[in-house]
Amino acid sequence: MSKSIDQVFVNAKQWLLSWLAGSPDWVIQVASILINVFMLLAVFLTLFALISVLERKILARMQNRYGPNRVGPFGLFQPIADGIKMLIKEDIVPARADKIVHFLAPVLIAAVAILTLAVIPYGRNMTPFTIDGGILFFFAVGSATELAVFMAGWASNNKFSMLGAMRAIAQMFSYELPLIITVLPVVMVVGSLMPDRIVSAQAGYTFGLVPRWFVFTPWGGVAFILFFVSGLVESNRTPFDVPEGESEIVAGHMTEYSGFKYATFFMAEYIGMFAVSGLSATLFLGGWHAPVRVLEIVPSYVWFFLKLSGLLFVYIWIRGTLPRTRIDQMMNFAWKFMLPMAFTCVIAAAVWHYAGRGLRGWLWSLFVIVMVYSALSILLDTRRKFGPRVYRFAE
Amino acid sequence: MTPTLQAFVLVSGALFSIGLLAALSRRHAIFILIGIELMLAAANLNFIAFWHFAPQPHQPTGVMFAIFSIAISAAEAAIGLAMVIAVYRHYHTTNVDQLDQLKG
Amino acid sequence: MSNAAFVIIAIFTLAAALAAATLRKLMHAALSFAVALVGLAALFFLLGAEFVGLALVFIYIGAVAVLIVFTILLTRRDVGKDRGFNWAGVLIALAVFCGLTWSILKTQSLSIVAPHIRALTVKRIGEALMTGYVWPLQCVGLLLTAALIGALILVMEEKR
Repeated sequence: MSKSIDQVFVNAKQWLLSWLAGSPDWVIQVASILINVFMLLAVFLTLFALISVLERKILARMQNRYGPNRVGPFGLFQPIADGIKMLIKEDIVPARADKIVHFLAPVLIAAVAILTLAVIPYGRNMTPFTIDGGILFFFAVGSATELAVFMAGWASNNKFSMLGAMRAIAQMFSYELPLIITVLPVVMVVGSLMPDRIVSAQAGYTFGLVPRWFVFTPWGGVAFILFFVSGLVESNRTPFDVPEGESEIVAGHMTEYSGFKYATFFMAEYIGMFAVSGLSATLFLGGWHAPVRVLEIVPSYVWFFLKLSGLLFVYIWIRGTLPRTRIDQMMNFAWKFMLPMAFTCVIAAAVWHYAGRGLRGWLWSLFVIVMVYSALSILLDTRRKFGPRVYRFAE
Repeated sequence: MTPTLQAFVLVSGALFSIGLLAALSRRHAIFILIGIELMLAAANLNFIAFWHFAPQPHQPTGVMFAIFSIAISAAEAAIGLAMVIAVYRHYHTTNVDQLDQLKG
Repeated sequence: MSNAAFVIIAIFTLAAALAAATLRKLMHAALSFAVALVGLAALFFLLGAEFVGLALVFIYIGAVAVLIVFTILLTRRDVGKDRGFNWAGVLIALAVFCGLTWSILKTQSLSIVAPHIRALTVKRIGEALMTGYVWPLQCVGLLLTAALIGALILVMEEKR
């Protein structure tokens, strides 16, 4: 019974495809791809609409106000109102802009964001696009975001846009290194770049109690935190939203965009956030596996989306909590702390593997990480004492 | 009906010629770099095509060569663009025809 | 691997490459260079070398294209002046193209169809890189480090 609920979407797709039985091979292939694309778009655009209103409501609660509550029950129809507003707004293209590139930038950024969603396993047998180098596909396609952001900034012919694009590229480049290097230990331990293999390597429970997710090993835990922070930067979320910095450079690379193009950028940002959260759930949080054996009757995709929404909540929580960092602080943090720690994770994973993947390996890799962490914290200590502030007045 | 090796080599030859066109006819240093990158990419296509059409079972030699060649062309692009910036700072031009002085 | 897919991708790639070589605006040329490389990666996918195609997209779109675009931005005062078009170069390129095409069409041994291919998994590439190709890999690592340091030193501001 629970098995059929678990596979309900897979079976539905098979049933739909069985209508086409007898037609040539490529027709079935194309139909299968179209069904996958349609499902992806339907699910994630709904999720986008939902999260855009939930984010505002959660943020509002954190700031002791109500948030949107006028349109529909609990303000749930707010995204529809927003969408209509965005659609009927005038689409302004600056006179000195490079018209073609100005148009192509939002198209590219949205296409890239949606493509990266394709390799994530959403449930048992539920990967839309199965490919041998799935993780590499994710990062290869995702790296086109930088080009799209640059196109937006350059084509607008506006100094705020250009500054925002430069900032965005600087931070994306710097944080892409730790982002990718923290994936390395997982790939090393599993021995595959396929997301499905990575998820199935995290099946089972130690002592029948603790799930074998990578986040529960020392290297995995540290890599998860590093990956999450880098993901925050890659999706330009709040403590690191320097490229958009409303109080400094209007809206960064999106300054000259209005109406539906602006909405496309907004959507791409959220979908990029879903993709990074989905990938971190896949890599470190066991993908669609249940946390307790008893709960395995709950369908796998439910677990995946629960983990995804948990991570998204943390994103919103951080946005409600932390102020924006300065760009030089961010860069220093990336190159002096994140990158060495990411390499340490790789070494710690190797130590864990060669010390037998048991308790001994656990302790040894913890030892390696603690050593490097304390060494880094001594080396990076700027010895700046925070005394009482001295005010100098004009005399 | 599948394309033969000839088709792939023809595409690679055309790509190489386009790269040569960019490298020889344009006067901007960055165009020359783009041309060189296109030629290297055409060579990579040849490696992969010949690897694919080699009699089975075979070693992944062509793929290996392409991987190394991509890495090296990335290094080359980094150095080349750094040189473009350095030259631009010095002469305030990126037109390679105007860079005819040995005396800085 | 069907003929139609090959023809479409090949025309797409060559058109984008031609645009990269001939467009007047440098930024458009750099962007169409990126598009041409996407087409090339698609050709690699057709040939069953998925890993190389992904690596190509990753390195060229994610790094080289962004670098080129950045350099264009940093040398911006010069962009308008690019009017020179060397016609001798066009002639040489045409001659090379004709020579290559003629010799490829003449070669009989090239008109073979692919044998049934076993997919080259990433695992096999990794094993090959770590066994038979360890020394080239190390050399490439050294080369990349040298290139990194060299590029940094080249663009460093001179202290006077």
